[in-house]
Amino acid sequence: MKRDDLKVTPTRRDVLKGLGATGAIALGGLSARYAQAQSAEPIRIGFQLHRTGIGASYGRWYERTATAALKVLNDQGGINGRPVEILFEDDGTDPRRGAEVVEKLVMQARCDVVMGTLFSHVVMGSAPRAGELRVPYLVCSEGHHVASGALNRWVLQPGITDVKSQVQSMAPFVTQNLGRKVTMVFPDYAFGHDHRDFFTAAVAAQGGEVIKHIAIPPTETSFTRYFPQIPRETEVLYHVMVGPSVLTFVKELGEFYGSGARPQLFGFIDSLEAVAIDSPGLEFLEGSHFWEGHPRYRQDDAGEHEDLYRAAVGVDANGASVTDPRDVSTYSHMFSVWETLFILKRAMEAAEYRGPADRQAVVEAMEAMTEFPEGLEHPQGPKLFNGRTHQAFGLQSISQVRNGRLVRVHRTAMEDGFYPDEVDYTTMSF
Amino acid sequence: MDFGPFLLLAVMEGLVSAAVLALTASGLSLVFGIMRVVNVAHGEFFMLGAVLAWFVSQFVPGPAALSFALALILCPLVVGLLAAIADWAVLKRLNYEPEATIVATIGILYILQQAALSLFGPDARPVPAPVDFRVQLPWFGYAGYKLVVVAAAAMILTLLWVVLSRSRAGLIMRATQEDRDMARAFGINVDRVYAGVFALGAALAAMAAVLVVPITQAHYLMGGDPLLLSFITVIIGGLGSLRGTLIAAIVIGLTDGIVSTFFAPTLARIVATLAVALILVVRPQGLFGRTAP
Repeated sequence: MKRDDLKVTPTRRDVLKGLGATGAIALGGLSARYAQAQSAEPIRIGFQLHRTGIGASYGRWYERTATAALKVLNDQGGINGRPVEILFEDDGTDPRRGAEVVEKLVMQARCDVVMGTLFSHVVMGSAPRAGELRVPYLVCSEGHHVASGALNRWVLQPGITDVKSQVQSMAPFVTQNLGRKVTMVFPDYAFGHDHRDFFTAAVAAQGGEVIKHIAIPPTETSFTRYFPQIPRETEVLYHVMVGPSVLTFVKELGEFYGSGARPQLFGFIDSLEAVAIDSPGLEFLEGSHFWEGHPRYRQDDAGEHEDLYRAAVGVDANGASVTDPRDVSTYSHMFSVWETLFILKRAMEAAEYRGPADRQAVVEAMEAMTEFPEGLEHPQGPKLFNGRTHQAFGLQSISQVRNGRLVRVHRTAMEDGFYPDEVDYTTMSF
Repeated sequence: MDFGPFLLLAVMEGLVSAAVLALTASGLSLVFGIMRVVNVAHGEFFMLGAVLAWFVSQFVPGPAALSFALALILCPLVVGLLAAIADWAVLKRLNYEPEATIVATIGILYILQQAALSLFGPDARPVPAPVDFRVQLPWFGYAGYKLVVVAAAAMILTLLWVVLSRSRAGLIMRATQEDRDMARAFGINVDRVYAGVFALGAALAAMAAVLVVPITQAHYLMGGDPLLLSFITVIIGGLGSLRGTLIAAIVIGLTDGIVSTFFAPTLARIVATLAVALILVVRPQGLFGRTAP
């Protein structure tokens, strides 16, 4: 009995042991909970969004793409095991407000990084403030402003090829297949000037000639009056327009040429982003060519990742929203948001990001990146990243309008778009 | 393109601008002439007309011509009603003080613009044209609908002219413009005349917008340009003079079309603005305005 008693009645030693164990568990539990509290603090990404103003149709799709990518990212376990939040803030597609939005996202909302800007004048207006605030600023813009060296070390464009590379890789197709005397119609600000400068040079390098530049203010709503300036000997009309009036632009172009003779048309899909190509009045585009960053219509050779991405962002095989076939996406640009978010994840994990003190390490980690293979994180295709110029390079598509659909007829090679570095940001101070 | 066809296109484009401008500016001119109110929100009434036309085109089934005809009647009525409410709720309370009404209409401008942004959204939306044909000339093609706009605007303006000069309502308006207190002494309900004139001015802008929206698309920020050009037109034509406004609209519209086709649209805007400055220096009352008593 006594033995039994001993067994049930705890001795002093037992009690001490128990205490120690409980203490250990309690301590361990506490410290674990504390560690969890630190890691459960979400990473906050500020998104500078063109929700209103002339970039609104892009903004709508950038927001949807970011939200879809965020879901995939968080389902995968977030970044460094921490959940990720995105705070969207409207900049009205206005450069001055853009700088204020960067400041608000960083100072008030305490975001770890800022990303997502498309319109190049907003990038130009906001980048200096991001540099002053010492916050990584990842743009999804196509502009050559990053790789040109005009900005600062905190600004990177890892998710989309810049205009200089795009037009250089497409120029051979234009001069060899469409014609050598080119007239260019482009918006009269930074983005359009990139087209003017680099396409003109690229065409000249191919033995062709740009015989006329027609610059149109980005806020213009009526275009017929510009068309008489197109010289009669033009063989190829190269058009790139942006803003809410793009549909008017292409419609009026069709009216102007009517059933008469017209040059070959080569357009940047920007002239038609968020616009259905089978809109009334656009029948004349049949047979014409477009640059596409990412084919809007699902191509027959689309891979598994392309289909996963398309489904995640809610776009059907015709490039429109799955819930509203009239709501056409900005498919050639929005993939950059998706890809940038995953590149940010890789960089933050490489930098073992814990808080704003590690922002510089994120930029350095990104600068050390070189290659992004095609996959779920990069559905548009493989990319090479130049850490010195902070610019990514990818593959471009040239599509032809056939039976009211865009069908890819050519895909450029990676090296078609290379050009000598114009800057080495890694030598600049933070 | 040769000079002849070039000029033809420029004139055609100019006529379209002139027609739309004449309608919009005559609304502004009426409001200023009779009420002495500088309506800064005029461009937003124009925008509202276009935005409402989009709603009508979306929710009225059947051919585009039918919904367009409905929009041409319905939108000016709705916009006019809204303007009458604004007059009753805001301008009347300010006793039509010139400075106060300018500030108040700036407020109305923002309210209308942000309301459109909230309810209509930030996108530009196309409205189908009621008629879809193209005039194919040997040198270029031209949208037939643009010619319809010119004709329709001319008809509406003629109607406006007849109403103002021949009808009893026109007589009352002219009497109020001539001398507000005397009109009141003769039993004219000046408050009602003011509300009506403000509504008519807004409705004219809305009508211009419905006509032009199949060409340009509806967008919540589209009110800026019509406002600026209407002011230029009204100042050059002479504040409150309808005849002056019409002539100035044609001159400015054609100049705009020709200068912007041959040179650049920005230059056209510069020329028009300089012309205003010149008129203000040389002939402050405008081409057809009367000097203040």
